[in-house]
Amino acid sequence: MTVSANFVALAYLVASVFFIFALKGLSSPLTSRRGNFFGMVGMAIAVATTLMVTKNAALIVGCIAVGGVIGAVVARRVQMTAMPELVAFMHSLVGLAAVFIAIAAVNNPAAFNLPVPLPMGSKLELFLGTFIGAMTWSGSVIAFLKLSGRMSGKPITFGGQHAVNLLLFILMLGFGLWFFFTPETNWAAFAAMTAIAFVLGFLIIIPIGGADMPVVISMLNSYSGWAAAGIGFSLGNPMLIIAGSLVGSSGAILSYIMCKAMNRPFLSVILGGFGSDGGTAAADDGVQKTHRSGSAEDAAFLMGNADSVIIVPGYGLAVARAQHVVKELAHKLHEKGITVRFAIHPVAGRMPGHMNVLLAEAEIPYEQVVEMDEINNDFSNTDVVLVLGANDVINPAANVPGSPIYGMPILEAHKARTILVVKRSMAAGYAGLDNDIFYMDKTMMVFGDAKKVVEEMVKAL
Amino acid sequence: MIGTIDPTIINLTVFVLAVFVGYHVVWNVTPALHTPLMSVTNAISGIILVGAMLAAGSAEADWGMWLGAVAVVLASINVFGGFLVTQRMLEMFRKKDKKGSA
Repeated sequence: MTVSANFVALAYLVASVFFIFALKGLSSPLTSRRGNFFGMVGMAIAVATTLMVTKNAALIVGCIAVGGVIGAVVARRVQMTAMPELVAFMHSLVGLAAVFIAIAAVNNPAAFNLPVPLPMGSKLELFLGTFIGAMTWSGSVIAFLKLSGRMSGKPITFGGQHAVNLLLFILMLGFGLWFFFTPETNWAAFAAMTAIAFVLGFLIIIPIGGADMPVVISMLNSYSGWAAAGIGFSLGNPMLIIAGSLVGSSGAILSYIMCKAMNRPFLSVILGGFGSDGGTAAADDGVQKTHRSGSAEDAAFLMGNADSVIIVPGYGLAVARAQHVVKELAHKLHEKGITVRFAIHPVAGRMPGHMNVLLAEAEIPYEQVVEMDEINNDFSNTDVVLVLGANDVINPAANVPGSPIYGMPILEAHKARTILVVKRSMAAGYAGLDNDIFYMDKTMMVFGDAKKVVEEMVKAL
Repeated sequence: MIGTIDPTIINLTVFVLAVFVGYHVVWNVTPALHTPLMSVTNAISGIILVGAMLAAGSAEADWGMWLGAVAVVLASINVFGGFLVTQRMLEMFRKKDKKGSA
């Protein structure tokens, strides 16, 4: 060892400060790239410092190169619509790495400068790191499968589910205690505990429906941070503790924001069973309601004569890969001197801020993209609202006591003078609810694929 | 003399303060950048790479070392993938920035 422990600790402190600046940079698009750069610098400092104190440098550098190449290729190739899957995939890697490190530490504590045999405190910390890591891994794998459509987004529930989870949790704690109180290394207890944690991560995510995915993905983001912090405690490494805590609290805040945007108590999201793959038939309340429908040309005519247009994009827009035609539409309207803005609901995409990225990818200026709280007061003096593939986020039922989505903050599109809704059919949204906005006198439905309809609109303008 | 402080207590102090810092910094992130926030925190949680390096860098060439080596690969995917995809996304926000101000 050529460097002192003090030097390492100080270098870690510098790296931590860089990480804080990385997050701080994201407070505005203008400073965000510098922030990301600070993050890279922080990571480089942390890794270079660690490399000075470990052996097998060649092996480590080789492994970093392999992982780095894979990471770089994935980062370059991923579609922006697939960001949620990528994020879930990466959470799973952190979880799995945490488990591997914990196993290595139990196997050979001396290699990590831990006392041999492991004292109970270290065992408790390793238990926490492993447990959170294992749950992060299996939970993220399920989230990945659901988000990428390899597995149905429908909640998978069975009788006594919560009882089973609770039982497994208690069983896991039991094995944990056995692990703590055995003086020598108790592999059987450790293995059983880890296996149960894997199963729990799996069971906790399967009952959560597609609509709640933004919460799940934020939650797993948080877990991956806590897993890193847990391993930091086990190894007595402040770098892991600080970086892990930053990530953990970030994910927790995002989960909170997402829950609030859906007006769903966090606990009920976690307990699951809500939401489906989408496209469930509209709830039939026995009353035949009539809607007015028109062609893309009619819609284009209405927009062309307006002074102000607000576009409400939903995930359906991204699925139809219509961002670029929508940009063209906005551009054409803008050329005619019409004010065009985009109204973004916090859960418009599959993860927090997803829609902003999708619109950014289509080169829509971010000044035109407005968050819900800022734009809601403007709907009442807007001529035309164009709803593209959004449903629940504009459902006025959220204002009706007794409705399943009562209290959910919505984009108040129903207050505009004219509403155009582009939709494939009259099917309900994720919440399985009918939407009164479709039956209003000032609403015109335009049926069809979002991309095709918008293309026709552009042509007609 | 009141004795030395248990390292775990110091770690706990660091942990609690770091959570507070994270809490305050993240609330200032603009909602438009929540996806890049998630991918950059993904990269930062790749800090587990440090732990993986310690495992892979243990003197004894036992299976624990190889487990560490695999963890190094996994964590590196996160670090590189996370920072690069964030950069890619933030570039998109810049392009519009130029057009918007022009």
